[in-house]
Amino acid sequence: MADNLQANLINLEEKLNEIDSQISKFKQISADEGIKLNDVVEILERKKLQLLDELDAWQKTLIARHKDRPLACDYINSVFTDFTPMCGDRHIMDDHAIISGMAYLQGRPVVVVAQEKGRTTEEKVLRNFGMPHPEGYRKALRVMKFAEKFNRPIITFIDTPGAYPGIEAEERGQALAIAENLREMSQISVPIIAVVIGEGGSGGALALSVADRILMLKYSIYSVISPEGCASILFRDAGKAPLAAAALKLTADDLYKFKIIDQIISEPSGGAHRDAKSAIDNVKTALITNLDELNGVDKIDLVNGRYKKFRDMGVFCSYDN
Amino acid sequence: MGWFSKLLVPDREKSKVPHGLWEKCPGCLRVIYKKDLEKNLWVCAQCGYHFKISAKDRINSLADPGTFKELYSEIGSLDPLEFTDSEKYCERYKKAREKSKMNDACITGTAMIGKNKTALAVMDFYFMGGSMGSALGEKITLMTEYATENKLPLIIVSTSGGARMQEGIFSLMQMAKTSAALARHSKAGLIYISILVDPTTGGVTASYSMLGDIIIAEPNALICFAGPRVIEQTIRQKLPEGFQRSEFLLKHGIIDMVVPRAEMHDKLEFILDFTNSGQRTVEKNGG
Ligand SMILES: [Zn+2]
Repeated sequence: MADNLQANLINLEEKLNEIDSQISKFKQISADEGIKLNDVVEILERKKLQLLDELDAWQKTLIARHKDRPLACDYINSVFTDFTPMCGDRHIMDDHAIISGMAYLQGRPVVVVAQEKGRTTEEKVLRNFGMPHPEGYRKALRVMKFAEKFNRPIITFIDTPGAYPGIEAEERGQALAIAENLREMSQISVPIIAVVIGEGGSGGALALSVADRILMLKYSIYSVISPEGCASILFRDAGKAPLAAAALKLTADDLYKFKIIDQIISEPSGGAHRDAKSAIDNVKTALITNLDELNGVDKIDLVNGRYKKFRDMGVFCSYDN
Repeated sequence: MGWFSKLLVPDREKSKVPHGLWEKCPGCLRVIYKKDLEKNLWVCAQCGYHFKISAKDRINSLADPGTFKELYSEIGSLDPLEFTDSEKYCERYKKAREKSKMNDACITGTAMIGKNKTALAVMDFYFMGGSMGSALGEKITLMTEYATENKLPLIIVSTSGGARMQEGIFSLMQMAKTSAALARHSKAGLIYISILVDPTTGGVTASYSMLGDIIIAEPNALICFAGPRVIEQTIRQKLPEGFQRSEFLLKHGIIDMVVPRAEMHDKLEFILDFTNSGQRTVEKNGG
């Protein structure tokens, strides 16, 4: 079943690769022979865009989880300079699903808090596949309070399947840790920018996303539950994940329409994994722009603005009783 | 988050005894005269099993008689995602509304508890498993803001199967919205008492229900973020006895106290007196 669901993306990637190689072949011929083949190249580019326009919610989910997709550490290493990690929640341990620390963004001091999934099998195990335990959320909060104390803006990177469903996580108050982050983040008096770079999985993602600006990469997702989870509960069949993905409206385009997020950051055609450098550059540009806009906003206005932003989220009605 | 479809079947329907004069206790399997159960606030006199009760019954057991004034009852859900699984969400919601005569899974208002005027929000598990959508989030937020503006203590009774998945991202955002409102209430120096009853799970647990200055649970309530079945599937191990129950959370330092239903009103009155006037009106043993 999982293989069938994956095949969807592999087919797409093959098609994209084929068009890409055709394009470069024509360009080569054009250069070698001195003939203008602009029209042919343009047709192929259009064909490619058409393919990408037709990407459905499930295909985007697969891209968001793609094994070669840039991870938080890739952004940290390339977007910032002098990244200096800060570790531990000061109670239990250092949760490696969260990377946090001090850094400079084009010379400006910022505090970074990120969910990291890990690339190799070893890293994945170390990072618990990007699923924090309670101490991860507590570490994040501690570091965010540090940022507040020294008046440094906070940038968070969101990439998690969700909170970790395990015995210790529950014993140590996973729900409590998430809830406290939501409450405290709503009051932090420095700018907060959250970027969803891959999977924004439910409460685990929200716990780092009570921000003044919420940005999403074009092919990332953000959802109350994974498509698989939703499919197995509401559709009674995990194989119906593609259906659930569409029903949940979890793509960046959907969430922008719903006014849940503030900006969609464009990705190279076919997804960030096909050209990591340009994805990283786009993220950097977006961060600088948003930081500029938030810079100098009065602290009280900032916190009140954040309150109003989340206060307005929700769609409901009044009945005549 | 909604992993608990099994739990969505109310106790009273689960028992084999047909609706009528008698009720079977899921705790000790004794058959109990319904009138006796009602008199005992739906707690089994033999084994102490706490049956699920509606928000209305809960309010009657907590508020001083005749003092509850409902607010925001008009607020109900919409279907922004136009969500359909085996049934259209709007149809499912309509049925829940008709059956319950409520507009969503929570009743909000003010009430007296002894000398203390209190803002009160009480969830109802019978309304779509107490799942949290925009309407519920809005009502909790409105009631919290009302309490902040009017300098009132706040009590929220939580019971929930988790997020209302049919409302997608809007459901998730209610966690942030309600928590932010509670931050303001807390900053105003007001007390929030969170009461957790069986079951309290998912997004409701990971937001307002864990943010009380005092957190109280009814005995043996399931209280968790990820449900036991999901954890079992993930770690492929049997879970320890009593895992994620009230007493387990008490032992692990996550809640303040476990209080049986019959003692809840007086316990609330004691805490409200203590934090408001600092004068005892509820007699405690051992003075
Ligand atoms: Zn019994």
